[in-house]
Amino acid sequence: MLTIEQAYWLIALFLAGAAILNLRERRWWHAAFWGVLAVLIAGGKFVLAASAAHHPLPAQLAGIGVIALAVLSPRMTRGTLSERDTAEREADALRLRHKLFGPALLIPLVTLLVALFGAYIVVDGVHLFDKTRMTLTGLALACVIALIAALWVTRARPMAGLSEGRRLLDTLGWAALLPLTLAALGGVFAATGVGTAIADLVRLLIPVDNALACVVAFGLGMVLFTVIMGNAFAAFPVLMAGIGIPLLIHRHGADPAILGALGMVTGYCGTLFTPMAANFNIVPVALLELPNQSDVIRAQWKTGALLLAVNLILMYLLIFRF
Amino acid sequence: MIALLHYLPLLGVLVVVAGFALRFNPVPVVVVAGIVSGLAAGKSVGDILALLGTSFVSERALLLYLLTLPAIGVLERAGLREHARNWIASLRSLTFPRLLIAYLGLRQILSMLGLTGVAGQAQTVRPLLAPMAEAAAEKRGAALSMEERNDVRAFSAATDNIGLFFGEDVFIALGAVLLIQGFYAQHGIELQPLQIALWALPTAIAAFVIHAIRTVLFGRRILHSGMQAAREGQAAD
Repeated sequence: MLTIEQAYWLIALFLAGAAILNLRERRWWHAAFWGVLAVLIAGGKFVLAASAAHHPLPAQLAGIGVIALAVLSPRMTRGTLSERDTAEREADALRLRHKLFGPALLIPLVTLLVALFGAYIVVDGVHLFDKTRMTLTGLALACVIALIAALWVTRARPMAGLSEGRRLLDTLGWAALLPLTLAALGGVFAATGVGTAIADLVRLLIPVDNALACVVAFGLGMVLFTVIMGNAFAAFPVLMAGIGIPLLIHRHGADPAILGALGMVTGYCGTLFTPMAANFNIVPVALLELPNQSDVIRAQWKTGALLLAVNLILMYLLIFRF
Repeated sequence: MIALLHYLPLLGVLVVVAGFALRFNPVPVVVVAGIVSGLAAGKSVGDILALLGTSFVSERALLLYLLTLPAIGVLERAGLREHARNWIASLRSLTFPRLLIAYLGLRQILSMLGLTGVAGQAQTVRPLLAPMAEAAAEKRGAALSMEERNDVRAFSAATDNIGLFFGEDVFIALGAVLLIQGFYAQHGIELQPLQIALWALPTAIAAFVIHAIRTVLFGRRILHSGMQAAREGQAAD
């Protein structure tokens, strides 16, 4: 059976390979960074299992690993990695043409097929795909198939998969890690009561008898909290428990379905404003080799601001009507 | 005094805001914020380390996108980006706004069907959408300046984000809608997923309209500055 755990092992293997390549080129900081990360990813299941069984030591070691990554991050300068000559790439592009799209499109296509039909594939009475996180398992499988197809189409050596993957990985540098680090911070914030403190603070500041003030406080609170946490999912329960349910639903009679849906998308507007949503706003800066960390946010904040206004108006007009 | 202690973990938020404002490397800033917020909440060092460790590894699915890199890298080595650019340049009627608006619509529809992992910054924006958008923008007859090229790339990344966010919220089987339903169920309010998803639809449509208009305006700006550059070039000859 294919499970998400095997996908994690694949990531660990890739990271370890990248570490070894960097080691051979005496890029010590990069080698250490990817090496530590590889161990953390490979040991993830063990850490969680031990933690659930009240053995804190593996989790504490993982915590030390996270701190080590944080210390190494500033050393991860982008540097110059040799890429193949532009003229050679152009020549290949003219020769291979649309064949190059095939493997690239296999990634979405295979992911799609697994997402749609994965649950129905049974081999020898066993489901081929584990149900938990099946789409992501499908993505991992799609990447392997796409790599094989890419090697076949381009007639590159199999090792090119690792060396070219390493080139992109080092281009990403510490940005590759940021989404994970921020999600971990979300976990820490939740466990230390940051959320409830913010909701209490907002309630201290608004006139609770005014429905409009409550709507605005709820909406802007969703945005603010999403900006801080980088994730509307983390903001939703906090703002709902603090303002949505006690004030809007119970005191002012708002419709829960509309409030929930519009509250969440209002939070999504906040995702467009914040560097904390690193996988959407910082990772592409590295991937597209843009000069400033805020370049993607600058391109999208106006859409976000206009949409926020639309959402607040919709919320005020709709939630008390139904 | 007790009230003050209740607000003390907010120091972690302060660390994050200050760190980003001062442009420190975000990874150590985030880890320090976690430690500060843990200490402020009165947790022991051992507890904080364990909390950091478990929070980190339990989110490791966020690194799955790294698996796309070897395949994309091999294709890039054989000229994938160059070919994407050449191909779009050969399609006369595919202008910059048309390309990006079509991508936006497609991304929203795929996300509404729950197919969020199908496209993304690593899978589709870097290898395909960004070079295609550059080629489409250069159909104005003048090459893009470095600054314009970066703007076009950033706008492509933004379009992917907006398509993803404001489609995903309408999908009923996972993610946002189930989180909302689950939260309400915990608080004694029973709702059907479809009831919630339908109310995200007006925002999804508004997002498409607003961003499509902005794409047209952005495309026009690139077009005009290109024509100006071309005229100045002719005058200089």
